[in-house]
Amino acid sequence: MWYYEKKLQYPVKVSTCNPKLAKFLIEQYGGADGELAAALRYLNQRYTIPDKVIGLLNDIGTEEFAHLEMIATMVYKLTKDATPEQLKEAGLGAHYANHDKALYYENAAGAPWTATYIQAKGDPIADLYEDIAAEEKARATYQWIINMSDDPFINDSLTFLREREIIHSQRFREAVEILKEEQGKKRIF
Amino acid sequence: MPTHRKSYHPYISPFDPCPPIKTKTYETPAQLYLGFQPKGLDQYQPSEALKKGTLWPALYSPYTSPYEKNKRE
Repeated sequence: MWYYEKKLQYPVKVSTCNPKLAKFLIEQYGGADGELAAALRYLNQRYTIPDKVIGLLNDIGTEEFAHLEMIATMVYKLTKDATPEQLKEAGLGAHYANHDKALYYENAAGAPWTATYIQAKGDPIADLYEDIAAEEKARATYQWIINMSDDPFINDSLTFLREREIIHSQRFREAVEILKEEQGKKRIF
Repeated sequence: MPTHRKSYHPYISPFDPCPPIKTKTYETPAQLYLGFQPKGLDQYQPSEALKKGTLWPALYSPYTSPYEKNKRE
């Protein structure tokens, strides 16, 4: 079970109403390498991975939900006071027709989230390599969004999220090293 | 040579519905350990290499079902 803390992991501030940026950010909300995919991937894989790394998948999967909430806050703030006309100009006309200003799990191109974005292979090495790849792809996505954004407050939050991807990748790599260890061998640090 | 299969003992609940599998295994094939392949590694004879799928014993990872014990080379 989870306990919920009613605050964001890192503050989210937005300088201007900018639905165009929201359209790009949706990639990290409901895209293939977004935070939803990450959270569900790790929390699902943890059941069939050796005990020594279950806790890592549990903790990182949980943190991904905290990131999801930050992205949701950004998208909400960027769009909540936009007119239908502004949304249309930002390329969100189709979104508006279907969802009004509600958030939806879709990627930047409007394709709905699908479980085929994530894998649980049952082979611990294969699963952890997928997790490392997912973190690197999410890091790249954050970079490309930062490159397109001129909102210094949003970019501050996105820079934090990008750094977390780097840390998660490192931890998954360490998990692989733990699984590679020969049994009955002394570990030297 | 590193081992190609590792094992662990998952948590077993007193309320598990099926008889527990006490030891589970997973594969850790040879490429996980080699890094950048060094020059001049030992090689199989060509006929054996063709059968095994690799020229180098250092990269050969046999696989047999973990459910059939004692069949492994």
